[in-house]
Amino acid sequence: MARILTFQQAINEALDQEMGRDPSVILIGEDVAGGQGGDGEMDAWGGVLGVTKGLYGKYGDRVMDTPISESAFVGAAIGAATAGLRPVVELMFNDFLGVCFDQIFNQGAKFRYMFGGKATTPVVIRTMIGSGFRAAAQHSQSLYSIFTHIPGLKCVVPSNPYDAKGLLIEAIRDDDPVIFFEHKKLYAMEGDVPEESYTIPFGEAEIVREGDDVTIVTLAEMVHEAVKAADQLSAEGIECEVVDLRTTSPLDEETILECVTATGRVVVVDEANPRCSMATDIAALIAQHAFGALKAPIRMVTAPHTPVPFSDILEDLYKPNAEKIAAAVREVSEYQTWTQTTASRS
Amino acid sequence: MSLSKAELLDVYRVMKTIREFEERVHDEFAAGEIPGFVHLYAGEEASAAGICQHLTRDDFIASTHRGHGHCIAKGVDVFGMMAELFGRSSGVCRGKGGSMHIADLDLGMMGANGIVGGGPPLICGAALACKRAGKGNVAIAFVGDGGSNQGTTFESMNLAKIWNLPAIFVIEDNGYAEATSSKWSIGASSNAERARGFGLPAARVDGHDFFAVHKAAGEAISRARSGGGPTLLDCKLDRYYGHFEGDAQTYRGTDETKKLRIDKDCLKIFAERATASEELQQDELDAIDAEVVALIAEAIVQAKAAPKPMEDELLSDVYVSY
Repeated sequence: MARILTFQQAINEALDQEMGRDPSVILIGEDVAGGQGGDGEMDAWGGVLGVTKGLYGKYGDRVMDTPISESAFVGAAIGAATAGLRPVVELMFNDFLGVCFDQIFNQGAKFRYMFGGKATTPVVIRTMIGSGFRAAAQHSQSLYSIFTHIPGLKCVVPSNPYDAKGLLIEAIRDDDPVIFFEHKKLYAMEGDVPEESYTIPFGEAEIVREGDDVTIVTLAEMVHEAVKAADQLSAEGIECEVVDLRTTSPLDEETILECVTATGRVVVVDEANPRCSMATDIAALIAQHAFGALKAPIRMVTAPHTPVPFSDILEDLYKPNAEKIAAAVREVSEYQTWTQTTASRS
Repeated sequence: MSLSKAELLDVYRVMKTIREFEERVHDEFAAGEIPGFVHLYAGEEASAAGICQHLTRDDFIASTHRGHGHCIAKGVDVFGMMAELFGRSSGVCRGKGGSMHIADLDLGMMGANGIVGGGPPLICGAALACKRAGKGNVAIAFVGDGGSNQGTTFESMNLAKIWNLPAIFVIEDNGYAEATSSKWSIGASSNAERARGFGLPAARVDGHDFFAVHKAAGEAISRARSGGGPTLLDCKLDRYYGHFEGDAQTYRGTDETKKLRIDKDCLKIFAERATASEELQQDELDAIDAEVVALIAEAIVQAKAAPKPMEDELLSDVYVSY
């Protein structure tokens, strides 16, 4: 039965249900219980934003606080996965990948290949992404493209509570290393979430809004900005289709190409920086495989090539939003090729 | 902790197998038969043998760039290893890992590691799995003097301490991290001193002496098995070859390696001790020598004759499913 849960509650419920189902699932991370060694409550924080709150009380020493030593505890989660556990490790903000990336991309991601297929590394690394919190340059990035680049990793970027639960359960049951990106601006978002356990397969994008004129391909919080833009544009007579990627590795190339082939016009929206990003990756995919169907150049709406600024006026400028998306959609919608222009004159 | 005759013979066989494997790999590399980067363990055999003599296949080890010796001591098949070094499909990693990533997870050998300091966090995880399983198994990180300066090693010692893990850190200080002397690069008086700073019991061990390593390892491992937490062993030893094959070793003193082979040969030291005590006879050791020489020669013949991986291996085993 579905109830209204927040994105944060949906993640907590997914962890709870999987820990209840499978004793090899353990949680590791900074303050995931949150009171280790102090005189107060043991279950004080449940992670820095309270996502794992309550799980220590239920599962005890399977919820393991760590020192602030990301290399050691992310590496330990990976090592434990190869040794038979199914750890879910929290890397508080994805910006902290700089202090543990070796363990993720040189160790965990490559074991199976390097070791001739003998390694299985069922680890999930949960980590927060996203700007809009006035958290500035080192706590606001969206670095999924860096992880997506690495063979051996799977990358999940949910946009709503229903997907967050189903994709996280899928991630925990998956036998490969999965990076699970949680947009911090979505934690409070509410939505229908079934009480029972369910999974959503990786590599299946969702068409969250139908429309015949322009395809918007996007992910995470930007899905909601895209839908907002699409609603505004509908009043202007432009109907947008919005594709929520849900996972960037594997990437549902088929859905992207099918949608773009049908509309011929596409805007790719990505909150991250523009160079070597999901936006450029998807633009390249379309250019390679659907060039003939395009009626207008591919447009990308992304952050600029800058760090995330602190001051609200600057951060709001930095971040893509419905207005910027709508402007890009109008542009591709109005665009006419030379042949189209000639045809309309004759 | 005295060893039976059969155990002593087994130890000698392991050390001799490592030595012969490495000497022959050196020759084959020089002849241009082995591709890539190769880092040889010859000279350090007493460390791998002294530690791994205590382990079962349910215990874990993680290794360094210089991982062949650890593999052999943990029981990895030398035919599969040699084929791996030659990049053959019959290799223990099907020709996809090579010398720097040689591993056999079926035996708890979590890999040589191309990243200096890559292993210690991983064995904290393996040790956590051992602790949760409650069967008294342990996980051991071999770390070079180079890796002993990595933050991952420091972080892992601390994590192993506060989680009270059945983990052992074995620093194999062979005098040089690449070309840089450990006397210069390690600021503390020793890695044992560093470990004590993290709250770990630690011992300095003569890594040329199998019996010294075996004794210190036995204490550390039985402590770990019974819930007493992590230990660091600081093994001072020497490598006979360069950092990698092809290293002209101009950073070493004149005749340094030549003298080491005379004064610091762990096989010779072991054989002299075991024969002087009359626990083993020289002819028994000679017989092992002959068997091992033939074994490794055959491993090379078979590796050279084995097919290279099929083209479809390029794309296999990136994921379990994708």
